[in-house]
Amino acid sequence: MSTTTTRGVAQPAPAKVSKTRPRRGLRANSTFNFWLFTGPFLIGLVIFVFVPIGWSIWLSFFEARFTVTPSNFVGFDNYKQILTDTNFRNSLVTFTVFAAFIVPATWAMSLGLALLVNRVRFMRAFFRSVFFLPTAVSYVAASLIWKMSIFNGVRFGLANTVLGWFGVENIAWLANPDPPWYWLVIVTVRLWLQSGFFMILFLAALQNIPQELYEAAAIDGAKRGWQTFRHITLPQLRATSTAVILLLLIAAYQAFDEFFNLLAKATWGQPPLVELYKMALGQNQNYGAGSAGAVVLTLLICVVTLFQGKIMGFGRGEESK
Amino acid sequence: MSASSNMNWDRRTVLRAAMGLAAAGGLAACGSNTGRGGGAGSGKGLVQYFHAYGEAGVEQAVKRYAKAYKGANVTTQWITGNNFEQKLFAALLTKNAPDVFEFHPQIQMVKSGQVADLTDIIEPVKDDFNQADIKSHTVDGKIYGVRMIDDPQFLFYRPSMFEKANIEVPTTLEELIEAADKLTTSKVKGIFLGNDLTSVDRPLIWSAGADTLTADNKPAFNTDAVAEGLKQLRGLFTSGNLLLDAPADSWDPSAFIQGLTAIQWCGMWAMPAMQKALGDDIGIFPFPKVGSAGKQSVYNGGWSMFVNAKSKNVEAAKEYVKWLWIDQKQYQEDFATSYGFHIPPRTSLAESADKLKSGLPAEGVKLFNEFGHFDNIGWTQAMIASFWDVIANTVRKNGDPKAALDACEKKVDAELKKLFG
Repeated sequence: MSTTTTRGVAQPAPAKVSKTRPRRGLRANSTFNFWLFTGPFLIGLVIFVFVPIGWSIWLSFFEARFTVTPSNFVGFDNYKQILTDTNFRNSLVTFTVFAAFIVPATWAMSLGLALLVNRVRFMRAFFRSVFFLPTAVSYVAASLIWKMSIFNGVRFGLANTVLGWFGVENIAWLANPDPPWYWLVIVTVRLWLQSGFFMILFLAALQNIPQELYEAAAIDGAKRGWQTFRHITLPQLRATSTAVILLLLIAAYQAFDEFFNLLAKATWGQPPLVELYKMALGQNQNYGAGSAGAVVLTLLICVVTLFQGKIMGFGRGEESK
Repeated sequence: MSASSNMNWDRRTVLRAAMGLAAAGGLAACGSNTGRGGGAGSGKGLVQYFHAYGEAGVEQAVKRYAKAYKGANVTTQWITGNNFEQKLFAALLTKNAPDVFEFHPQIQMVKSGQVADLTDIIEPVKDDFNQADIKSHTVDGKIYGVRMIDDPQFLFYRPSMFEKANIEVPTTLEELIEAADKLTTSKVKGIFLGNDLTSVDRPLIWSAGADTLTADNKPAFNTDAVAEGLKQLRGLFTSGNLLLDAPADSWDPSAFIQGLTAIQWCGMWAMPAMQKALGDDIGIFPFPKVGSAGKQSVYNGGWSMFVNAKSKNVEAAKEYVKWLWIDQKQYQEDFATSYGFHIPPRTSLAESADKLKSGLPAEGVKLFNEFGHFDNIGWTQAMIASFWDVIANTVRKNGDPKAALDACEKKVDAELKKLFG
């Protein structure tokens, strides 16, 4: 790679040559600088991401109980075990139900909040902060608050106290899968935690919609409210909505903390990550089967993501639409 | 002074200084005492893992004992949360594994070489230990852990409420369910067996006249009586007389103390807290018999101390375990009776401990001796989890008990084949 600077038409005056002469040494070596800054991250990526992925794939072909350095090769036995495991298959159903609830609910709620705080004239910063603050709360802490204070099954739980005012008997929100009230607990805790973040994304997008569009619509006789929302606001938010839905789906795939903390020792309401955690790091300590499950899940996520990308046109250039 | 003229020199200086600092830091780290031993003049460093006990003062006591030990610098990791097992298992695979840890006897830890043979330190005092404890820690004639405490668990009840409802102490599961019905009011539920009912997994099996495993390690829990017991528990679960989703689980006496329930499954460790809150209005009885061939049972849980066989300090760790859990009888008694009530596994200590000689604790000791069942070292965490699934699928989810037990037996069989061939 050349280190000589050839840009610029005018040649510098002799007195200034020293300032514009080609730089030497480390500062001038852009390849070195590139590795200097990206190298540590690349090393981290290799050690903490690629090596574990490779190791996990390797483990998935071994009988690896209570060890991550096994010697008993079992071929595809772990894959056979995981694919015939009812709990793992049920976990995929759980994830689908969860995503079906949480993605549209969060999308609607964060958009609603964004529209609300976008219009508000009074104490605007306060309202934005109030809705955004839950984002800073950890999932574990929020789950425990939901479980122990709001949705516990005794008479002084917040939800049961309110229901008691209307003569409704205490409800065991999490202990009883029939009726499945646990979904209400799980969905509300996540809604509370993540709506604020997506509200900010929608808020930014709302503020980027040109006012002229609304003015032109008003001149054309469009009524404020639903009509302008449907024909101007919503289409203008299409790109943001697509990104939000993708992010929500990814977050749904990663669901772990609230399920793990709210539904301990249950056989229902277990998403794939909890199921794999139980298998590999829980009581079983079966790293072989757990790794096989992780590989299967990864492949599944790749397929779903590619399919979603195709449907929603994510990543396609405007010209190709 | 021109800022640009000195910029290169300044950056280099900063870079040199940073590199110098990093090197100095690295050198300093080499000589520091990280708490894991090897520091010059600091003696051996040992790390011990404890799960968080609910009773006030236990953590301080454990740290106090460790500090009193002069043979090594012992650091205590007090693991909070309800997943001590997972944290311990994960840690045991790493270089940061504890040298000493408390857990329950589990054969797969022996088979996978995770726990050290402690026979040589226990052998001289073996006869002074509860022989059931020795048996539950023995594999092929070798003893792999030192029992620290025995924790009998039974049903606590409020005699005043029983009197008011005009009921006797139940001895069968039918009577227990009936009692729960009579004791339930708009404010108080009849009984609390834990939020997921897994606390009574083994008592249910034993009370039905079955066992977890046979003497030659075959599944022994899949019987008609156990299936019938699960069905009866399902009836209790749906009756509205069972406390569900309490803020704290059955190991914590809160629900009982707060008057949320008239009967609660709990351990003897909670007696002092209960007595402080309710005075003498407390009674205990074993898990009632299930079916006609059953017999009342008391689950004798507890905790034991193990040495990590892969530790670099196995001998030092064994020395420490011997010092604390075999030689220091005053600490053992303090640990067993000063915070919650536990039964010391050393017979001599159990007989001499004043606090266990009268009243409710003495009644607990009596039930422990008469109805007690100890853990089987072959009944592993994976098998326990499989049986918990049975409870979840049948009692909480209305599945067919026999089918669930069959499925569990299949899993347990597979586990046993892996362990014993």
